[in-house]
Amino acid sequence: MSEAVAHDDHAHGPEKGLMRWVYTTNHKDIGTLYLLFSLTMFMLGGAMAMVIRAELFQPGMQLIDPHFFNQMTTMHALIMVFGAVMPAFVGLANWLIPMMIGAPDMALPRMNNWSFWILPFAFTLMVVTLFMEGGAPAAGWTMYAPLVLQTGDAFPFLIFSIHLLGISSVMGAINIIATIMNMRAPGMTLMKMPLFVWTWFITAYLLIAVMPVFAGAVTMLLTDKFFGTSFFSAAGGGDPVLYQHIFWFFGHPEVYIMILPAFGIVSAIIPTFARKPLFGYSSMVYATASIAFLSFIVWAHHMFTVGMPLAGQLFFMYATMMIAVPTGVKVFNWVSTMWKGSMTFETPMLFALAFVILFTIGGFSGLMLAITPADFQYHDTYFVVAHFHYVLVTGAVYSIIAAAYYWMPKWTGHMYNETAGKIHFWWSTISVNVLFFPQHFLGLAGMPRRIPDYSVQFADWNMVSSIGGFAFGLAQVYFCWIVYKTIKGGEKATDRVWEGATGLEFENLPSPAPYHSFTMAPEIK
Amino acid sequence: MLRKISKLVAAATATVVTGMQSASAGYMDTLNMTKGVTPISERVYDLHMLILWICIIIGIVVFGAMFYSMVKHRKSKGAVAATFHESTKLEIVWTIVPFLILVGMAIPATSTLIFMTDTTESDMTVKITGHQWKWEYEYLDGAAEGVRFISSLSADSRKAIYADPASVDNYLLDVDNEVVLPVGKKIHFVLTASDVIHAWWVPELGQKQDAIPGFANELWTEIREPGVYRGQCAELCGRDHGFMPIVVRAVPEEEFAIWAADRKNVGKAAETVDKVWTVDDLYARGEEVYNTACIGCHQLNGMGLPSVFPAINGSAIATGPVGAHMDVVMNGRPGTAMAAYKDQLNDVDIAAVMTYQRNAWDNKTGDHVLPADVKAVRGGTPE
Repeated sequence: MSEAVAHDDHAHGPEKGLMRWVYTTNHKDIGTLYLLFSLTMFMLGGAMAMVIRAELFQPGMQLIDPHFFNQMTTMHALIMVFGAVMPAFVGLANWLIPMMIGAPDMALPRMNNWSFWILPFAFTLMVVTLFMEGGAPAAGWTMYAPLVLQTGDAFPFLIFSIHLLGISSVMGAINIIATIMNMRAPGMTLMKMPLFVWTWFITAYLLIAVMPVFAGAVTMLLTDKFFGTSFFSAAGGGDPVLYQHIFWFFGHPEVYIMILPAFGIVSAIIPTFARKPLFGYSSMVYATASIAFLSFIVWAHHMFTVGMPLAGQLFFMYATMMIAVPTGVKVFNWVSTMWKGSMTFETPMLFALAFVILFTIGGFSGLMLAITPADFQYHDTYFVVAHFHYVLVTGAVYSIIAAAYYWMPKWTGHMYNETAGKIHFWWSTISVNVLFFPQHFLGLAGMPRRIPDYSVQFADWNMVSSIGGFAFGLAQVYFCWIVYKTIKGGEKATDRVWEGATGLEFENLPSPAPYHSFTMAPEIK
Repeated sequence: MLRKISKLVAAATATVVTGMQSASAGYMDTLNMTKGVTPISERVYDLHMLILWICIIIGIVVFGAMFYSMVKHRKSKGAVAATFHESTKLEIVWTIVPFLILVGMAIPATSTLIFMTDTTESDMTVKITGHQWKWEYEYLDGAAEGVRFISSLSADSRKAIYADPASVDNYLLDVDNEVVLPVGKKIHFVLTASDVIHAWWVPELGQKQDAIPGFANELWTEIREPGVYRGQCAELCGRDHGFMPIVVRAVPEEEFAIWAADRKNVGKAAETVDKVWTVDDLYARGEEVYNTACIGCHQLNGMGLPSVFPAINGSAIATGPVGAHMDVVMNGRPGTAMAAYKDQLNDVDIAAVMTYQRNAWDNKTGDHVLPADVKAVRGGTPE
């Protein structure tokens, strides 16, 4: 390690001033940009969720118009999916993959800069639609035709914004694959890579496979609206359901794009704090690959109610149920990693453990949704809303928060305040369950999703859910403060940071990691 | 040991179940799926409960192991980490066992699905068309053959949205025209839509199906108990997606026949286009029609929603020539949310609502439209 430090001391540091961030090709700078951008979008999307929960606090319309409510649900989802969760994982990939495989930087640093800098422009296009004639997109993040074609001036902005997001994602994915394929330090064989690298490697292939499909779908919407085509209009010989098939062929892999890297993060954190190596490493790799494969053949389970033939419904039901097998393998492996370990419960571990439990609850409701006959009752209700928020908030977002606590000392050189972290954890975990668990009840009792107002028998649980929502939102403001304090200062982090930490970034680099790391390839044991 | 655990789990389960059942029946309705009133809904409910319990039991086992480990294997208790990190045998076990459990779930799921999709040998067919934001029902055969009507959110509920939701019965789940069906008959539904995708869902019937413009979907039901069953549109369909409820009234067959006969005579006996209509009558009738058919988009004050739905108050169409106005009302505006009402409203209703639109708010044109005028434009088709 000392050799690496001595070398890095000679390296030039970052430029000064604002231009450092505009011109930077450094994977750590770009990782930071992605993460801060993601946090900003998380707060913006969260603010929209607060508007939604405030309107749903009691029956009747009190605060906003139903059309604006639809704009809020649509924009909340688009911003959270494409602005918060995906960029956060790309940011983590930028910071961590080169350090984890002993590479000096990403394989394509200039393209890396471009991948990031597309995002603020793409989201500017998307967010300004709130101020346009007809308001922001209001047809749901799935943008089903023909409803989405009723969008006002926002429509082309929405489409082009998605094109830009797709370009950014595909470039990011190419970069990650090129880095992993070409930049591993000698001796870092594929089956020695940390699981986070593996899960991102597979995720990157998913991105390259499906983002162009999504771009195609929205381009067809664009031509249907402006150039007289009828891809999705029965009157012109098209089919509205065709859009849903194309969308979900993208959309289902997309939801795994948002969860596979989370699996990698949790697989890094649990062994560290259990002080025991990850159980079943190779089966974890194979399970990830199996989930990625299955993600391509289950899309129509999002559309069981469109009137598919019986054989189609059966196929998609069976294929979807199969996903429970590799996902179960992962959960069993995590539990076995903890088994007979020597556990401590610092904040990252708390978030990782909550991830395993709450994500599994989301998995259970997912299995229930897979059962086609029962899905006819669950479909498009709050049961679905509860399901995907369990897997996305207490799944993906929890893993990102866990990762932030786990690696922040390595990035900044400072420990976060452990008490503050624990308060943030308990506050979030209690409130998030108050927020989302009652939504299972609402859905089963018959409340459809995406409605701005509801019948009075749903009033109690909606109020409970809203209270949980406000508390959870406030907890994330607290998280921003913790992050700010940690960047500014705090107890000096040791090089290893955590007693049980393993991996090149902890064992071979000081804290904070120098601006240029591994300019000489490390030795892989 | 295993038997002991399974006994314990069974005992705990039984306690929870009785506890839940003894909770007030009314409150349970807000916690779990309804058992419903059809053979389909009952099978779906059983399937739902089966999978729910399987998930709960797996959850108890997995989370139990996790919590045991978190309590016992912590460093503060002096636990020393073991070093094992793989076992092919275990990996095979926890691949095969879940797979077998899934097969066990798939068997009843498959048979239920086959049962649900069999729409053959039905006793009658009802066509359901989704519009922004109301449902249209048309009885294609049987005692009510030819009956056709629009079902919109009740005026009471609509008024309560910005006032006091608790003051009305069945807030947002009440309509002006209920769809009436006979009990004990296999009823076949054909679903479609005129503008965007909607979804027809009544939880007690255990079914949900999309209504897609240009395509026909199918459902069937056989309601066992007379009663009123309420549901909602379940597919986001625009601004008033939350305000297009479904109300099914299931009645004995004889009562259904009486209803059908009454319904068929509504148009013929009560009002003919040739009746002499006063402007005041038309205006009053038009206000009622407006408040169910038009209000969703054009709003109570006739101002629409800026840049989404145009205003009628002060519009050139509603204050200009009657012919152009009638064309918009009857034929709609293709490519926009404005639907064609010539098949949804009768001549009297169209004349009335136009009269209302031409005289309400600031539109003091002073003229009025007669049902006979509408009839003439329609080409003489009698009501």
